[in-house]
Amino acid sequence: MGDPMKIRAAIVGDETEVKVLMSHEMETGQRKNAKGQVIPAWFIQNVTVVWKDKTVLSAQWGTAVSKNPFLSFRFKGGAKGDKVIVTWVDNRGDRRTDEALIA
Amino acid sequence: MKSGGAGAVYAALSAAGWLKAAGADAQSPERWNKDAFESHALADARKALGAEAAQSGEIAFVQTPEIAENGAVVPIGVTSSIPGTDSIAILIEKNPNPLAAVFDIPAGTEAAITTRVKMAQTSNVYALARAGGRYYVATKEIKVTLGGCGG
Repeated sequence: MGDPMKIRAAIVGDETEVKVLMSHEMETGQRKNAKGQVIPAWFIQNVTVVWKDKTVLSAQWGTAVSKNPFLSFRFKGGAKGDKVIVTWVDNRGDRRTDEALIA
Repeated sequence: MKSGGAGAVYAALSAAGWLKAAGADAQSPERWNKDAFESHALADARKALGAEAAQSGEIAFVQTPEIAENGAVVPIGVTSSIPGTDSIAILIEKNPNPLAAVFDIPAGTEAAITTRVKMAQTSNVYALARAGGRYYVATKEIKVTLGGCGG
């Protein structure tokens, strides 16, 4: 499940600006532990952002996205109080969905 | 670069990981371009994206540093002013797997995204934008003083 995301959505002109901070290790699979064993890759592979049943952004990520990933973008439209829903899925099939209201 | 051979060895060594990834694909409707993300060379990643040929155009890095003190957290912003941009990809040439992220941009969403990536060392970073089935590229060298992918 992971910890909740921090999502901020705010109106800027005629657009909605979305900023998301996710909580995830984003382990690369390149690192080794103290015993010299490779720490398996564990990372978010897919992110989708939905507003009013419309996908306003979808992403595929590799291991190079930083730990506790940050994402920001803007889409046209959006009104105060509309819901913005963000979902991520990682390479273990774990997923988490959180939402925020446009401020 | 002899990434074909390296890729085969990598596949053999990490079969368990690959199976796990396949399992994740099976249970999620999302797609993930495994070939592109698991490429070890920039050219292979671009080929897997279908972006071998790319021209320069109105695509640029914004809010992206020249020098990153901490390679674990490098802010990257990419903006495309090319009409009809429907995808933006970020690739870091000298990372173990160059492809960092692919963003699908539906109509109504600005072709401008900001995120943070890890960089193993100083490298050229490529931003690719797809518009009308063609790819456009921007390049920027980012110097890293402390790598972000080490053990």
